[in-house]
Amino acid sequence: MGKRVGIEVSLAAAEAVKMADVDVVAAYPITPQTHIVEHLSELVADGELDAEFIPVESEHSAMSVCCGSSAVGARTFTCTSSQGLALMNEIVFIAASLRLPIVMILANRSLSGPLSIWNDHTDVMSIRDCGWIQVFAENGQEVFDHVLFAFRVAEDPEVSLPVMLNIDGFILTHMIEPVEFWEEETVKKYLPEFRPVNRLHPDHPVTMGAFGMPIIFTETKKAQNEALLNSKNVILKAWKEMGDLVGRYYHPVETNRLEGAETVFLTMGSFGETVSIAVDELRAQGKPVGQVRLRLWRPFPFEELREAVKGAKRIIVIDRAISYGGPGGPVASEIRAALYHESNTPVITNFLCGFAGRDVTPDDYIKMYEQTEKMAQGKVKQEDYIIYGVRE
Amino acid sequence: MVKSEEELTWRDLKVGCVITEPGNASVYRTGDWRSLRPVWDKNKCIKCGVCYLFCPDMAIQKTAEGYFEANLYYCKGCGICAQECVTRCITMVEEEE
Repeated sequence: MGKRVGIEVSLAAAEAVKMADVDVVAAYPITPQTHIVEHLSELVADGELDAEFIPVESEHSAMSVCCGSSAVGARTFTCTSSQGLALMNEIVFIAASLRLPIVMILANRSLSGPLSIWNDHTDVMSIRDCGWIQVFAENGQEVFDHVLFAFRVAEDPEVSLPVMLNIDGFILTHMIEPVEFWEEETVKKYLPEFRPVNRLHPDHPVTMGAFGMPIIFTETKKAQNEALLNSKNVILKAWKEMGDLVGRYYHPVETNRLEGAETVFLTMGSFGETVSIAVDELRAQGKPVGQVRLRLWRPFPFEELREAVKGAKRIIVIDRAISYGGPGGPVASEIRAALYHESNTPVITNFLCGFAGRDVTPDDYIKMYEQTEKMAQGKVKQEDYIIYGVRE
Repeated sequence: MVKSEEELTWRDLKVGCVITEPGNASVYRTGDWRSLRPVWDKNKCIKCGVCYLFCPDMAIQKTAEGYFEANLYYCKGCGICAQECVTRCITMVEEEE
């Protein structure tokens, strides 16, 4: 068992990147991701991490450098937030189509405007279809574990895809938590040397990023989609092996108190912990309430989700982004689509909340449950989505 | 036997669609983009090679006699050679099927 230390989650994330022995870090500091980059810069400057730290002039350059370094076979890490992700947008898509196993932490923050530095999921939802493997962590330990997991999965020759680890800005990045570090030996067992599928090398020249004419483009997209779908096998294996090594078993869909649950909360990211308090409270009142947390966002865990909510009458989906002029929140849309063909589809109520750092407490979730109950009893109109707590 | 692009399925593509054969852009026929074809008037041509230098696709080659001609496998018919020709000896002629 590794050392257990009290540490800010951003620093723990940087320490995990160090333990992964990365070769290249290219990143531009942006709140609330800054401490991760700062600490990695220190580790390299102090000689604790033998890597190239490339202080680029923008996020567009950061992701471009990452593509180049990954293409030559260097283990590559970057991290960003919000506007930084927006600026690197075009290269994010290219990294996936080139099948470059870059690891990025996205410290989730609201997209402007109004300008905000606080946490929600509008940044990640803006690039939902970028082709990366996308996972969400809920606490500091999960962040540490998933940095190593991300490299392991990304670089697996069966996968060779970039992995994005989403961690809630401030709520996780700036929190000091007990985190159990891995033994170096354990990391060595878990994370083999990076052997790229393709590599830019003068002795074996290849072209990466050539154009695709209409005659071949459809086939390239099918191949990319299949690669992302098939990555799930490796993802499951990597979680199983991590559990066997460090005793923490992760799943695409995590569940809590689902026995006999008629109403199920569904969240992604750090809000799951707050919901678990509300669920305990409601259970204590005798309400049949349970909880589902989506850890794996892409590839989407259809089977696991259907299995988890089987028997539920109502699902309360918490969204932290809005699809303007659309059906509500992006997570709820996915859940509705995933359950559309099921018999006895549960009623899905979508609460949009926690925008740009607004706190959502256990009491708020209890109120959402009560509002959902009223809708179920026909006392108030069943809404497709509700912007929770908005001042009318 | 290498499959043509029309025959390739998604399973045939390399990871990340890398191209492992250097210089294979030379098999790409850009000549079928052409609607105008450059024609040289040997009476006016002074064999200066300006057309050869300006061709953006390196589609102009020198003949044994020292004149120039377009390789119609690549020539897109852009007309830059005709525009740059010192003696105006190149005419762009409509392609007719």
